Amino acid sequence: MISCRHRKLVDYECMKTEPTCFDEMLLGNDLVRDPYGQYFDWFKMADVKRLRRKSEDAEAFFRKIGITFNVYGQDEADERLIPFDIVPRIIAAKEWRQLERGIEQRVRAINAFLRDIYHRQEIIRAGRIPKKLIAGNAAFTPEMIGVTPPAGVYTHIAGVDLVRTGENDFYVLEDNVRTPSGVSYMLENRETMLHMFPELFTKMKVRSVSSYPDLLRRSLADCAPDRTRTDMPTVAVLTPGIHNSAYFEHAFLADQMGAELVESHDLRVQDGYVAMRTTRGYQRLDVIYRRVDDEYLDPLTFNPNSMLGVPGIMDVYRAGNVTIANAPGTGIADDKALYSYMPDIIEFYTGEKAILKNVPTWRCSEADSLSYVLENLKDLVVKEVHGSGGYGMLVGPAASKKELSAFEAKLRATPDNYIAQPTLALSTVPILSKSGLAPRHVDLRPFVLMAPNRVEITAGGLTRVALKKGSLVVNSSQGGGTKDTWVLED
Amino acid sequence: MADSKTLSIRHVTTYSYDEPVSYALQQLRLTPRATAGQVVRDWSCTIRGGTKQLSFTDSYRNMVELVLLADGVTEVEIECAGVVDVEDRNGVVGKLRGFAPLWLYLEETALTAAGNNIGQLVARLKQNCADMDEVSLLHVLSAEILGLVKYEIGQTDASTTAEGAMTVGHGVCQDHAHIMISAARQLGMPARYVSGYLLMDGQTQQDASHAWCEVWTKGLGWIGFDVSNGICPDARYVRVGVGRDYADAAPIRGLRQGNGAENLHVSLQVQQ
Repeated sequence: MISCRHRKLVDYECMKTEPTCFDEMLLGNDLVRDPYGQYFDWFKMADVKRLRRKSEDAEAFFRKIGITFNVYGQDEADERLIPFDIVPRIIAAKEWRQLERGIEQRVRAINAFLRDIYHRQEIIRAGRIPKKLIAGNAAFTPEMIGVTPPAGVYTHIAGVDLVRTGENDFYVLEDNVRTPSGVSYMLENRETMLHMFPELFTKMKVRSVSSYPDLLRRSLADCAPDRTRTDMPTVAVLTPGIHNSAYFEHAFLADQMGAELVESHDLRVQDGYVAMRTTRGYQRLDVIYRRVDDEYLDPLTFNPNSMLGVPGIMDVYRAGNVTIANAPGTGIADDKALYSYMPDIIEFYTGEKAILKNVPTWRCSEADSLSYVLENLKDLVVKEVHGSGGYGMLVGPAASKKELSAFEAKLRATPDNYIAQPTLALSTVPILSKSGLAPRHVDLRPFVLMAPNRVEITAGGLTRVALKKGSLVVNSSQGGGTKDTWVLED
Repeated sequence: MADSKTLSIRHVTTYSYDEPVSYALQQLRLTPRATAGQVVRDWSCTIRGGTKQLSFTDSYRNMVELVLLADGVTEVEIECAGVVDVEDRNGVVGKLRGFAPLWLYLEETALTAAGNNIGQLVARLKQNCADMDEVSLLHVLSAEILGLVKYEIGQTDASTTAEGAMTVGHGVCQDHAHIMISAARQLGMPARYVSGYLLMDGQTQQDASHAWCEVWTKGLGWIGFDVSNGICPDARYVRVGVGRDYADAAPIRGLRQGNGAENLHVSLQVQQ
C-alpha cells in the first residue's frame, strides 16, 4: 500500500487538473494501477535531482545522434528536437493482447478493402459504403485499378493511432497506412532508457522493441516479387532527401535494416526492373520502401514535375517486377472521409465486429451533421478530411472566439472537406515536470508489419505526449513530446 | 452478315533530337486488342534506338509497353504494323470490361472539365431534346459540336482542353472527342476517349492517328461517336487505346532528361 502522504504522489494529484479523465498510473482512490506498481516503488526511492540530470543527458544524447524534427511553419528553427520525457508509459500484458487482436483485425480488413476497392468493389455493390465516398475522392488512385501487388500485400507498414479514455476503452483515431513515421523514435527512446536506467529493466520485465528493423526487413523481403529468384531480395529505402522532415528516420531505418538508402537520382529502369547505381554498376532492386508520397513517386505516371520520384517505377510495378511499400493508392483506406465507415468495413471483410472502437464522427458533407457541428463547434474537434500532422485542425474547447468564427466560415464554404468528432477525454500519464510528476495527455502509435502470411505488431510503439498542461494535441509538429512505451511480460 | 473489313496498318513514329539523349523513357499504347467486332490477326511493334523493358495491361485494359531509349541516341523509331479484322457494328462496343468502374468515366479530368461554353451547350440540349432517347440525343450532341468547333489543324495542340477548343472554335479529332466526353458527363452519361486508326476513303497515306469517343448508354452499353466525321465508327475503325481522356490513352507518352529540341515525324498507312 502506498502512502497518500508521500510528497511526490500528492504533487501529482495536485496537478491533476482534470479529475474526470483516466490516469494510467493513478486510480481515483489514490491507488497505483498494477502496471505502474514496480515503477512507482522505484520512483519513490529515486533522487529527483538525479532524474532531472538524466533527463538533460537524454536531450544531449538525442542532439548528438541527431534525432531532430523539422517543424513546418516555424521559421526561426529549421530543425528542432522532439522533447523526450523519461517517465515510461506502461501497458500490462493483458491490455496489450487486447490491442494486438484489435489492430491485427483492423489491418487485415484494410488490406482486404484495398484489394476490393481496386478490383471488383464488392463493398460498394453490396451497398455497405456509398459510392460517392470513393468516386470523386482524390485518394482513390485509378492507376491502381486491377493491380495486384506482389504477395497481395498493400499495407506493409501501418501506424495505428490509438487513444485511451478508460480502463478498457481504446479508440482508433487514425489508421495511417500511407507512410507512417515515428518508428525511429520508438527505437531510440528505448535505447536511451536502457542506457539511463539499466536497473529498472532488470527489475521489470519489459518486452523488447529492438527487433523491429529485422522484422521490417524480413517482412518486406517476404513481399518481394518472384520469391523463387533469390533468398536475399535487395531492399532499399527511397527518401526524398535531406530536406525532408523525416530524413533522419529514413537513414536510420536503412542503416538498422542493412538496406540501401537511395534517392531518385540513384535509381533507373533497366532490363525491365528498377536498378540502383552502385560502385559496380547498376543492381536490381526487389523491394522499395519508399518514403516519397504517391503524387511524387513517378513523374511519368503521376505529377510530371516531380523531382523526387523515379520515372517508370509505376510501369515496373504494374508489370509485377518490383515491390513498392506501401502500395500506391493506400491513402483511400486511411482517408478521414472513410474513417467513420471502418466498423462496417471490418465487418464486411472479416465477418466480425470491430474489436477496437471508432470515435463517433460527424461527416460535414451531410447537411444534418453539418448543422450539428456548427451548433456545437466549441465542444468538437474538426479535422480536414485529407489533412495530417494536426495541421488545419480545430480543437473547439481550446479555440478562441475568433478562431471559432474563422473555422465556421471554412466549414460553410467547403463542408465536404471536414469531419468532426467529440473531444475525447484522453488518458493521462505522468511526465517529469519542474514540480515533480505531472499528468499529461497521451496517444499511442503501435507499428504493424504485414507479410503474406502474418501480421506482426511490435510490443510498444510511439507514445506521444502533449507537454502543455491540459493540452490534447500530441502532434510533434504542434509541440508534443514522446515517451518510451513499455509493454510488460506476463 | 454485317459489313466487315480486313485492314493492314503500318504506323511509324520517329523522334529526332538536337542533342544526344542521356536517359529517356517512352510509354507506348500502340497495340490494339480484341474487342467487340475487332480481331487482331497480327501485330508487332519494333523499336530502333531503344529497347522494350516490359509490358503490362493498364487500368483501362490497354496493352502498355515501356521503352528505354539507348544511351546517346539522336533518333528513335517506333514501327507498329499488323492486320486487324473489323466488323461494322454501328459503333456499338457494348458491355463494360475490366475493373475500371463505370463511375470513373463520369469524373471530370483536367482535359475534359466543362466551363461556360460546354455548360451552355449542355443546357441547350437539356432544353431542346428532353424527349429524345439517349442515342438520338448523342447524335444531336455530336452534330452540334462539329457545328460549333470546325475541323481545322493547327489551332489547338495535344494539351488543349475541351473548354479551350470550344473557345477557339476550331479543333481536331482529339478536341472533338474531349468536348463530347465533357458534355456527355455533364448529361450524366459516362464517356471515354478512344485513340485508334481510321481507313480514310480513297487514300492509303494518313496524316495522323485518329481519336473519337464512346458514351455509355443504358440500353446498348458503350457506343462510339466520331464527331469529326459525323458518324459512329464502322468497319474502317480500329480501336487501340482507351481512357478517361487523351492523357490516359495517348499512343506515346515520354519523359526525357536533358535539353535540346525534339522533332516528331509520323508515317501512317491504313489499307484494305
